[in-house]
Amino acid sequence: MNNILTIWQKEVKSYFVSPIAYALLTIYAIVSGFFSYVAVGYFLDRSIGAQAGRGGPMDVNEWVIRPVMMNVGVISLFLIPMITMRLFAEEKRSGTIELLITSPIRDYEIVLGKWLGALTMYACILSLTLVNLSVLFIFGSPDWRPVATSFLGMLLQGGCLLSIGGFISNTTKNQILAGAATFGVSLLMWTFDWFTGFKSDAWAKVLAYLSLTSHFEPFSKGVIDSKDVIFYVSVIALGLFLTTRSLESLRWRA
Amino acid sequence: MIKVEGVSKRYPGHTAVDNISFEVEKGQVVGFLGPNGAGKTTTMRILTCFMPPSSGTASVAGFDVMDQSMEVKRRIGYLPETPPLYPEMEVAEYLTFVGNLKGMGGNNLRKRVDEVSEKCNVGDVRNKLVSKLSKGYKQRVGLAQAIIHNPEVLILDEPTSGLDPKQILETRDLIKGLAGDHTIILSTHILPEVEQICERVVIISRGKLVATDSMENLTNRMRGSEVIGLTVEGQPESGVVQEKLERVAGVSRVILKLTQDSSCAFEIESLQGRNIRADLARAVVEAGWNLIELRPVSMSLEEVFLQLTATEVSA
Ligand SMILES: Nc1ncnc2c1ncn2[C@@H]1O[C@H](COP(=O)(O)OP(=O)(O)OP(=O)(O)O)[C@@H](O)[C@H]1O
Ligand SMILES: [Mg+2]
Repeated sequence: MNNILTIWQKEVKSYFVSPIAYALLTIYAIVSGFFSYVAVGYFLDRSIGAQAGRGGPMDVNEWVIRPVMMNVGVISLFLIPMITMRLFAEEKRSGTIELLITSPIRDYEIVLGKWLGALTMYACILSLTLVNLSVLFIFGSPDWRPVATSFLGMLLQGGCLLSIGGFISNTTKNQILAGAATFGVSLLMWTFDWFTGFKSDAWAKVLAYLSLTSHFEPFSKGVIDSKDVIFYVSVIALGLFLTTRSLESLRWRA
Repeated sequence: MIKVEGVSKRYPGHTAVDNISFEVEKGQVVGFLGPNGAGKTTTMRILTCFMPPSSGTASVAGFDVMDQSMEVKRRIGYLPETPPLYPEMEVAEYLTFVGNLKGMGGNNLRKRVDEVSEKCNVGDVRNKLVSKLSKGYKQRVGLAQAIIHNPEVLILDEPTSGLDPKQILETRDLIKGLAGDHTIILSTHILPEVEQICERVVIISRGKLVATDSMENLTNRMRGSEVIGLTVEGQPESGVVQEKLERVAGVSRVILKLTQDSSCAFEIESLQGRNIRADLARAVVEAGWNLIELRPVSMSLEEVFLQLTATEVSA
């Protein structure tokens, strides 16, 4: 436990003393701010229309918060590879992995500590969205529950990609390669459910099940379905397990 | 304390370490020698549980590196070939982090960080970023992290590389100071260093063990063919003396080292296993010259090393 904490602390610090954290936070603030602005603008435009008699009453949750959260998911596709690419690749390149592995600390502690560090970084970035959305709470009274569940959903979904990204980073010394591969895999997992649009055989269903987006939907509506939670948690666990195994096998090949 | 039995490490298509066995007693300082690519780093990585051997077993303090790696790791301090440093940390922060990794904490660790900073001469850069340090300082910080938890066994891969002459001496003193309580294996390419601080030497070449012995025995053993230093007085013509010496039975080679006034110094190599000292002395005296000096010349470690690793290559 202490060991996990030690690694976690080191990871979080190393994000925040490097320019990476600030660059990511800034980029995210700008892009997500823009998305929020667009969503609110669109909402205002349509709600004036609604008052004029077109369509029914509109709901801030449905029209602003949900689209914003979905967009956040898209942004995180780009952010997550940047968070995970250095996770192991850098330690292997610089040789610090020798220190970690020859210290009396278990492989899973290294993996878990690093993943938690990455998750913390990701949560910090996500919380900027809460700042954006807080404006809505100041001037209106949207339902806070979908916001909370969306945040939880984002964290779980991010956790999956971070754990997969960590695994990929552990297979190479090259950060760029790790980042690019993580981006590719994330994008695929994001779009798996597109198959269901034109196919309905078993494969399409399996792929749709593996799609990260389809499991996020309920969260964005304020629903926590244990089915989805189990899915995310198992993907996270699988990623972490594979990372631990590849850390072990690294030594057989090293 | 350290026991290596039949350890091999094979990479696809080539064997880095080939069936090596040796033992190190508690408290000994052992020099690990071998030309580039001999397999020193590989052997050290096996001992520190960084990678398992392809075959064979190794144990540290009675614990197997494969089955009881946690116990082994707890007892080992390791300085890898490239010091494992995090550029974004300050020196004291880094040492504290390593201490934490080794299971230390609190006041105890804080005191220890001060101690090792002092010992390894990095006190003046405590609050500097590691990335801003010169190579030598990085090496010192690497050494400091290896001893932070006061481990029983120290494994140091080229600990003095990149250090200035003064610091090399200080590091050697530091290592000598640690000997006794600690068992130390260090690899190096500086042979005088081994002569100064190591009691035993393990020499490997192309993955194979070529010698493991105490310093004394090693240099003695190499004296199978004896080299004798001889100085003669009373004959200004060194050529005459040389001719005479060459005719003594059992002499394989006579090398003129120095002529000075009426004396000349030679180095004489005997044929394998022949004792020629008495014959040499008689020859000189019978010729009517004065025998000033007659002494065995021991081979330097450098010569031993070259000879051992060279025979291995031609074999
Ligand atoms: N990951 C690897 N894959 C394949 N071969 C390797 C690998 N690492 C080392 N080797 C090979 O193993 C052999 C031993 O290497 P090692 O680093 O142990 O040598 P060394 O004695 O430490 O040399 P040096 O004095 O240069 O440090 C070399 O021939 C090297 O090329
Ligand atoms: Mg080496």
